[in-house]
Parts: sequence; C-alpha cells; structure tokens
Amino acid sequence: MPPSRPSRLHAPVVIEVRDLVKTFRIPSHRVDTLKERALHPLRRDAHRELRALRGVSFDVHDGEFFGIVGRNGSGKSTLLKIMSSIYGADAGRIRMAGRLAPFIELGVGFNPELTSRENVVLNGVMMGLGRREAQRRLDAVLDFAELRDYTDLKLKNYSSGMMVRLAFAVMVEADADIMLVDEVLAVGDASFAQKCMDVFHEKRRAGRTLVLVTHDMATVQSFCDRALLIHDGELRYLGDPEETAMRYYRLNFRGADGRAHEATTAGVPDVNARIVSARLEDEVGGTVESVEQGTPIRLEVVLEARQALEAPIFGIHVLDADGVTVFGFNRTLTPGPGEPERVPAGDRVRIVGTIENRLLPGRYFIHVYVARNRTQGDMALHLVRLLDFVVYGTRTGAGSVLVDADVEVSVEVAQPS
Amino acid sequence: MSGAALELREVRGPSALGGGRRRALELLYLIAVTEFRRNYVGTALGYLWSLVRPLMLFGVLLVVFTQAFDLGDRVVNYPVLLLFNIVLFTFFQEATTQAVTSIVNQESVVRKTQFPRLVIPLAVVLTSLFNLGVNLVVVLCFLLFSGVSPMWTWLLFPVVLALLVVFTTAVAMILAALHPRFRDTGVIWGVAAMALFYATPVLYPIEVVGDALGDLLALNPLSPLFGLARKWVVDPGAPGPLAVADGWPQVVVPAVLFAAVCVLAVWIFNREAPRIAEEL
Repeated sequence: MPPSRPSRLHAPVVIEVRDLVKTFRIPSHRVDTLKERALHPLRRDAHRELRALRGVSFDVHDGEFFGIVGRNGSGKSTLLKIMSSIYGADAGRIRMAGRLAPFIELGVGFNPELTSRENVVLNGVMMGLGRREAQRRLDAVLDFAELRDYTDLKLKNYSSGMMVRLAFAVMVEADADIMLVDEVLAVGDASFAQKCMDVFHEKRRAGRTLVLVTHDMATVQSFCDRALLIHDGELRYLGDPEETAMRYYRLNFRGADGRAHEATTAGVPDVNARIVSARLEDEVGGTVESVEQGTPIRLEVVLEARQALEAPIFGIHVLDADGVTVFGFNRTLTPGPGEPERVPAGDRVRIVGTIENRLLPGRYFIHVYVARNRTQGDMALHLVRLLDFVVYGTRTGAGSVLVDADVEVSVEVAQPS
Repeated sequence: MSGAALELREVRGPSALGGGRRRALELLYLIAVTEFRRNYVGTALGYLWSLVRPLMLFGVLLVVFTQAFDLGDRVVNYPVLLLFNIVLFTFFQEATTQAVTSIVNQESVVRKTQFPRLVIPLAVVLTSLFNLGVNLVVVLCFLLFSGVSPMWTWLLFPVVLALLVVFTTAVAMILAALHPRFRDTGVIWGVAAMALFYATPVLYPIEVVGDALGDLLALNPLSPLFGLARKWVVDPGAPGPLAVADGWPQVVVPAVLFAAVCVLAVWIFNREAPRIAEEL
C-alpha cells in the first residue's frame, strides 16, 4: 500500500506541459543518400505520419512523484524525451523550474575505454553539475556504488552489475531537482534494488520531484502520488495511481476480441458432442477475454449432441496458469415436467450464467466436460482450455483467490504470572 | 528548493548548445582531454603511431618531389615546408573525416540524453588540435635543425592557425550535421578531401604551378592560409597570398568562400540539431 502523503497539489508547479503535439514522419521510401537526392532533386520523401502526441497537457507539482503509464507505442516515451530536450515538440510548450536530469537508460554516455573516475566526472557534467562539483562528488558516487577499489579500472573490465551500480550512483549523486526516469528501477540484484528503493524514498523525503515512465503498475501504485495514463497520444486519465492502474489494465485487456481458441479434446474425440461456441461476455453481451477483478464471469457455451446424451452432466473447471484447478462445479439438465433427462442427437445445449469472481489478477483457463448417465466416469466430451481469460485488477494476495476474512490482530497485554 | 529556483523556464528542445553554454564548454573540454589522453597516455607507442602517418607521407612525398621533380632546388627549405604543410593539412583532414561519423557514433548519447549536439563535432576538432600541437613541436625541431633561425613573424602563426581552426570547425559541423540524414556523406567527403589535398598548396608552393592553374588554386580558401603560414614561418622571402594573386578574384573569392562555409555551417547545424535524435 502506498504510504499516505499529504497531497502536493498545493505546491508550486515545477513542470508545466501544454498542448504538446509531436508527429513523426515515418519514411516509406527514405532518401538517405546525397547521391539519391542529387539524382532525384524533386522527389518528395514518401512517408506516413505517426501522431505520437496529440495535445497533451498536465502539471507536475514540486515534490511530487508522478507516474506516466501507457501501452507500448502510446507516446509515453516520446513525452519523456520531449521533456528531456531530446526531441523537439511540433506544437505546444513545456516550462520547468529547477535543474533537470533525465534517465532514459542507465549508463548512457559511459565510455568503456575510460576509467570509472573519468566516466563519473563526465557523466556528472552531462547531468548538469559543474566540473569541480562533479569531481567533488566522485567519492560519494564511488562509495554509493561500492566500487572504491576499482576507481582506476577501465569500464570495459567492469561486470554489468558493477556498471549498473555505478550508473545508478551517478544518478543519485547528480542530485537534480527534477528527475525524469524511464523504467530503470528494476536493475541489479535484490539488495541493490532495495537500495535503489531506499534512495527514491530518500529523494521523496528531500522534496525532489520525480517523473517515472513505466509499465509496472505495482511501482506506480506504491510510488506515485499521481499518475497519468496516455493512450494513442492522448491523455486518458490523470489522478489517483490506483485508478490509473485500473484503467491501464482495462485498456490492455479489453477490445482484443475474436481470437481463436486452441481448445483441445483430452482423450475423448468429439464423436458424442461437439462445441458450437464458447465465450465470455461483458454486461452488454459483447465478447471479452478479460474480466475485471471482482466482477462476475459471464459464460456462454453452446454444445451440439452428435449422439443422444442420456442423463448428462456438464462440468466446468477453472484452472490457473499453472494448470491447477482453482474451483469447479457441474450441472445437470433441467428438463420440463414429464420430459426425459436426455439430449437427442442433433439438439443443442446452451450453458449460460454468471460465476462469482474471487480470482486474483492473472491468466486462467476454463475446461468443460460432458459425462453421461450421471457418472463422471463415462466421459462424452472433455474440452481442455476451451476458454482462456485474464483477470485484471490491483488487489493482490497469495494463491489464486481473494476471500473475505473477518480476522483482527490485537495485542494481548501480558498478565503478571 | 528556494523560491527563486521555482521560476518556470521554457524548455526549448534539443539544440546545438542545449543545456547552457558553460555546460557545453565543460563537456567539450572533458571529452577532448580524455580522448587525447587516451591516445597518448597508457600506450607506450601511442604518440609515435600518430606521428608515423604524417612522417611516412612526408618521407614518400619528399623523395618524389625532390628526386622526380626539382622542387627541392626551386623552393627554399622545401623539406621543412613540406612537413609543415602536411602536418597542417593532416589536422584539417583528420578533424573533418572523424567529424563525419562523430554524431552517429555517439548515437546513444544523442538519443538518450540532453546533450549539446555541437559539442560532439567540436570535441573531434579539439582533439585533433591537441594532436596538431604535439606535431608542431616536431616541426619546430625540424625547423631549427634545418637552419631556419627564429623570426618575429613566428608570432603571427597563431593568426593562421586560428583561421584554419575556424574553417576546419565549420566544415566539421556541416559534415557532422549532414551525415545522420545522408549516409554517403563520408564516402563523398573522403574523395573531396583527397582532391582538396592536391588543390591546396601542400606539396608545392602556389607560384611554381604556372599562372593559369595557380590562379585557379588560389581560389581555394585554404590556399591563402598555407601561403601565409609559409611566409611567416618557413620562408620570409616567399611571395605572400596577395603577391601571388593575379587579380581581385584571387583575393575576394577565397574570403567569400571562407565566410560562406562558416555561415552555412552555423545555419545547417542549427537547422539539423533539433532533429538529429529522430534521424538516427
């Protein structure tokens, strides 16, 4: 759970982004030699336009930890690069207060031929420190990275772990007012990752502003005061990180309908019955492949009997990604009064209804089987992985399901014996 | 943060000197110095190797032009002049050739940090300038050794040097800015630089090639620089650029070309700098 902090919205604005527009021209036939240009001086570059940002506006306040989330290609990295003065914007403007240090990738600008000492100073200056200042902080950087014994070793002889530590240390000691960070948190071994987290919390206490671009919703939720969701170059949501994460998941898992399912029959060929259709629905009857945590799973399966099914049992099992059954149930026909409990050959059976959803976020499969004569041993049809779906949400826990538990913890005062 | 630091400033996007002049200068200095040190310190033969190329060239050309042709007899102090010219031209050629790919080579820095773009080609020129300084020491020894006595006009050499550095920087900027867009810039420049080597009075003083050709070569903006360097450093009796000029075109055209290259460099670089990250 994110540590509750007073809102920073009253603090002064340190990053002001207004109506930012960026369009990339993706050349389909690119004229990239002077020779071609000279031979065809009038040929226009054929290109299509990719509108990476379509008028994005937001403010970041002093001392805020601000998340930017979105799917691949949503424009979030473009936004960060424009804020970092790596790309220029086509329209709109950005204003910032204070010294800025962008971290698009750890260790950019490190020269493997130079020693760590030289690299640290060079990198410090790149991040806006003066040369003297960078030299002065050299010791602190090397201490933080725990690389004091390797000061004069060329960087090419460093292990990748050492390199990452050094890069991170430079970033920490660069001590910028505003840090723009692109997915670099998950680096190094566990103890170093912990150290990084500590540093970010430290920076937060020190009132630094941090803008973080990430896919990792757990980081956004545990870290950010506010977050924005960007999709197709447009701002879709700005505010509470929990809500941002939820909307991100919805974007990710909705709308990818109509994918063919690779249902396989397990040992029982479909001579007795065959599947006609199987799908999960949303409230309005549309097909979905994902279900929001806590909302009921709506299932519709239609089967066709190829041979008459006497006293059939229809079973539904839900399995997790590891193939472990989470729960299952079965149903029998509900025939009208006086009608036999059978499905004549050629008739269809429709299994439909809602299932309570206590599943934790993750991927799940549905198996469907049909047995005859009220015995589960007499299998008529067994469809493995008939459906697969994703539960998305933000509440996590151990295992596969979330249960209500009325459990309290209290301290018992020790009785003098 | 203090209240003053919270004043919002416009972010203007990437540019030639983005991030402040002071930062750009410090980066330029640091990069050039570390690069230079890397070439010379640590490798025992580093400095020797960098001398081998101009010296080899010098040796071959000296034999050709004194034995096959009689330049040795017609030009005062020809061997020293030849070495001096080769060292100067090597600076121009080395700096411009390395500048072509400099920005593409620094791709990750350009695409992932807020790095003043101009620093990249300038650092290449500055490193070459350090090399030139070392090579000039060798030229000085050679000068004194071959009996040229020190002259007060040696003090004027920095003027020539400054003009040469400005011209080299301008060409380097143009090439570095063009290469990300036009990837054959390097090939074209390789040929052009070689042509320029022969079209500049490096191997020969301009007055020995005859009037017609001489007039043509005098249009090259590098020609007056080499002429001045020769007159001021090696042979005070040599005709200066104004003396070899047959008319006003030989005076005006090099100056105009020189200025045009400089203006073009600034214009092209400023135009391309904001877009370089996207072109890579």
